[in-house]
Amino acid sequence: MNGEAWVFWISGGFAVIGALGLVLSRKAVHSALWVAFTMINLAILYVANAAPFLGMVQVIVYTGAVMMLFLFVLMVVGVDSSDSLIETLKGQRLLAIVFGLGLAGLLVFGIGNGLMNAGSVGLDEANAADGGNVQGIARLIFTDYLIAFEATSALLITAALGAMVLAHRERWTARASQEELSKQRFLSGVHPGNLPTPGVYARHNAVDTPALLPDGSISLESIPRPLEARGDIRAIDHHEVNEVKEIDAP
Amino acid sequence: MNPSNYVILSAVLFTIGAVGVLVRRNAIIVFMCVELMLNAANLAFVAFARMNGNLDGQVVAFFVMVVAASEVVVGLAIIVTIFRTRRSASIDEPNLLKY
Amino acid sequence: MINAGAVVWAEGAPVLQEVMPATGVFSLIWLLIALPLFGAAVLLLGGRHTNKWGPYLGVLTVFGSAVIAVLMLLGLMARGAEERSIGQSLFTWVFAGRFEVNMAFQLDQLSLVFVLLITIVGTLIHIYSLGYMSHDPDKRKFFGYLNLFVGAMLLLVLANNYLLLYVGWEGVGLASYLLIGFWQIKPTAAAAAKKAFIINRVGDVGLSIAIMVIFVTFGSVTFSDVFGQAGSANEGTLTAIGLLLLLAAAGKSAQFPLQAWLLDAMEGPTPVSALIHAATMVTAGVYLIARSNAIYDRAVWAATAVVVVGLITIFMGAIIGSAKDDIKKSLAGSTMSQIGYMIMAVGLGPIGYVFAIFHLLTHGVFKAGLFLGAGSVMHGMKDQVNMRRYGALRAAMVVTFVTFMAGYLAIIGIPPFSGFWSKDEIIHAAFERSPIIGGLAILAAGITGFYMTRMVAMTFFGKARWEDDVHPHESPAVMTIPLIILAIGSTFLGMALLFWGNIETWLEPVVGFATAKSPISTTTTIALSLAFVIVGAVIGWISYARREVPIVAPRGSWLTRAARQDLYGDAVNESLVVRPSFLLSRVLIWFDSRVVDGIVNGSAAIVGGSSGRLRRYQSGFARSYALSMVGGAVFVLLALVLVRLS
Repeated sequence: MNGEAWVFWISGGFAVIGALGLVLSRKAVHSALWVAFTMINLAILYVANAAPFLGMVQVIVYTGAVMMLFLFVLMVVGVDSSDSLIETLKGQRLLAIVFGLGLAGLLVFGIGNGLMNAGSVGLDEANAADGGNVQGIARLIFTDYLIAFEATSALLITAALGAMVLAHRERWTARASQEELSKQRFLSGVHPGNLPTPGVYARHNAVDTPALLPDGSISLESIPRPLEARGDIRAIDHHEVNEVKEIDAP
Repeated sequence: MNPSNYVILSAVLFTIGAVGVLVRRNAIIVFMCVELMLNAANLAFVAFARMNGNLDGQVVAFFVMVVAASEVVVGLAIIVTIFRTRRSASIDEPNLLKY
Repeated sequence: MINAGAVVWAEGAPVLQEVMPATGVFSLIWLLIALPLFGAAVLLLGGRHTNKWGPYLGVLTVFGSAVIAVLMLLGLMARGAEERSIGQSLFTWVFAGRFEVNMAFQLDQLSLVFVLLITIVGTLIHIYSLGYMSHDPDKRKFFGYLNLFVGAMLLLVLANNYLLLYVGWEGVGLASYLLIGFWQIKPTAAAAAKKAFIINRVGDVGLSIAIMVIFVTFGSVTFSDVFGQAGSANEGTLTAIGLLLLLAAAGKSAQFPLQAWLLDAMEGPTPVSALIHAATMVTAGVYLIARSNAIYDRAVWAATAVVVVGLITIFMGAIIGSAKDDIKKSLAGSTMSQIGYMIMAVGLGPIGYVFAIFHLLTHGVFKAGLFLGAGSVMHGMKDQVNMRRYGALRAAMVVTFVTFMAGYLAIIGIPPFSGFWSKDEIIHAAFERSPIIGGLAILAAGITGFYMTRMVAMTFFGKARWEDDVHPHESPAVMTIPLIILAIGSTFLGMALLFWGNIETWLEPVVGFATAKSPISTTTTIALSLAFVIVGAVIGWISYARREVPIVAPRGSWLTRAARQDLYGDAVNESLVVRPSFLLSRVLIWFDSRVVDGIVNGSAAIVGGSSGRLRRYQSGFARSYALSMVGGAVFVLLALVLVRLS
């Protein structure tokens, strides 16, 4: 086993594992991470395949841009939304697996049959012709594939515009002014000002100490809701209240 | 190292992606599976380029990436739009176009 | 003979006349037809607004045609014999490749006598109908149909080609249908109309096929083209055309074997029976054969078939006429019989054509008179048609009686009444062909004497057998005047046409003429036929005037019973045509509903069912579609691999 074989088997294995992880993960975020993993391994394989430029582009475009875009959308759609693994379409999963195995078997068989004895020319000569892989690709893109390249630029612009159009939400009403927002806040019936801070008129100013109201009772609004839910409220008895009065007495 | 190994690997990845498209219902995951299939094709292109000794395969793989990027942008916008109206990212939900 | 070109078998066949352009009064040929059709259009399309004056318009249009016809007669008489065929072409009617038909008319000596008969008798019957139909709520419609009939009949006899003749032929058939079923509230009338229409269709099929064969053979349907080339066709084709035309004539003229409709056609109003089913329409078959003489003169077997059909019908009609108690049906049997004489005569060739037309004219007049007389009797007897309920009417209806007697003497052929001249000429000509034919014709003349005497005796003589509330009375003048005119015609028309009109020389250029070379002399023929007629008349007189006529018909001999059943014509039709048709229809219905519909519905069900199942695959789930795509890809791959491996 030479170096390339090591790279192939390790990265190739990782790529397959990542792909399986993509399909088998329950959560979309995990799937996205698995894909990113697969793509990085693919980038390595590109490099191993005498395509350093593509390897870099793979990392930048896919792992960098595309997968981040996926993650953004996942944030929008909901990270938590996990897929139910129960298949709803009758026979879909079974047939999918059968077809998948058939496809894989036929492809592998066909490729193995066809390429078994195919030799490899190697790209050293082609790369050397223009002084390097990047130069070679650049020459092709800006000569033979110029029109296709220009067309992809138009495609990218169109895709960007399309995404904007699709994701754009039409505003049907005028944006509310600050005055209107303020009025709305007061009219909603919710307590408009700051909530009482914990520890007011108390001997303790810890966060679990409720504020005391003028009549000596405690204000639950001064306690963070998780503490309240857990019942972690420091007890305040009436003695202390009386003592407060004594303290206050001139 | 026989480049046909890369092609076989690409076939395996492609098939996994295809099965993923068929069995997963979350539109985003399905989309990622499609991306995986595209990448598998790219790998085959790169391997073929090496076998044939010219760079055309790599150029095509490059174009595939560009197109895939555009596709991702539009596709995700569509998913977001659908999610906004239906509150769901399942691709089984929009099944109104039927008999 | 086959393929050698047909030769003329009979002497005296005519040379084709040259057709003259229509000038002067003859440029009005189209108006002859247009006037009655205009009347029909106004009456039928105008609706009840024309109720009041419509019938008079109907009479006037036919009268107008009659005036034009008389003017044309004078015009033709003023011309030389070789200039009497006049053609008028209005426009090209059908133009399709080689097939070109003009809306064109031909007025010649033959057409003209028909035009005169149709318009003059038609006018008289129109006038008569004013009285006869005066109380009918649908009088206007009746006159509209009558006008339609006159127009169509004139088109039939004036057409210069077979296709236009066919239009007239169908037109009169339609008018006949409408008028037989005029009182369509009576189921019998409706059924009779349908029967007439359907049986006529059989004949019409013959005519339409004949026209097709004529076009294929001669490349034209115009009379002058067809007759000019008749000699070039082979005899087989001409025989076929002749037989098909005979079928058509048999349908229209109620000849054996298509005779069954005429007796039922008496369900129509009596003027209709007189005009259509005695005087004019039923003679269209005679006209058709006489017009096509160039074909029959070259097809001896077709002509013989014509004679045989005519002879059979003479006897059938006579026997039926002898047995019927319904006065109109008895007259209808007589009509069949008399038209049988004409058909037989046209089958005899040039020795018979002229006399067939001669008899047609005299018969048209006297039979119209007889029918109108019968109508007059019915009018006075509250529409009673059963002769056993008549009797002793000669005093109650003097005019009707006298005019009826004129018709009676004419039809049985007593000299000098008109029927004598025409019928004896036919019998005389028949003897040339064969003594058997002549003998049978004379025998039939004797039967004519019997049944007509029976009719007269039962109606006008003997004791009154009227129903209680019937008070016979003479008809109004509007009805008796046509009767009187027709009676005068019945008396003198034969002599007038023969001696003053020279009917033989008049018609010879069209139909040809040859003097019959009979084995027996004219005098002998006259003596024989008179003897037979008188014997028949005496038997009739003794049986029905001297003896008491029972009100309920006695059982009678087998022949009487058969004749009362129209000689089982309906039964024959029923068993030979109707039942097999029903059977065939049932089989076809079964075949249609099970096999044809089965295939159609079955394939529809297969498509529908499989679509319904296939539809389920359009589930709307993108993943299902993707699955089928992947499946397809797998199969394509599989196929590729298998192909590569093999």
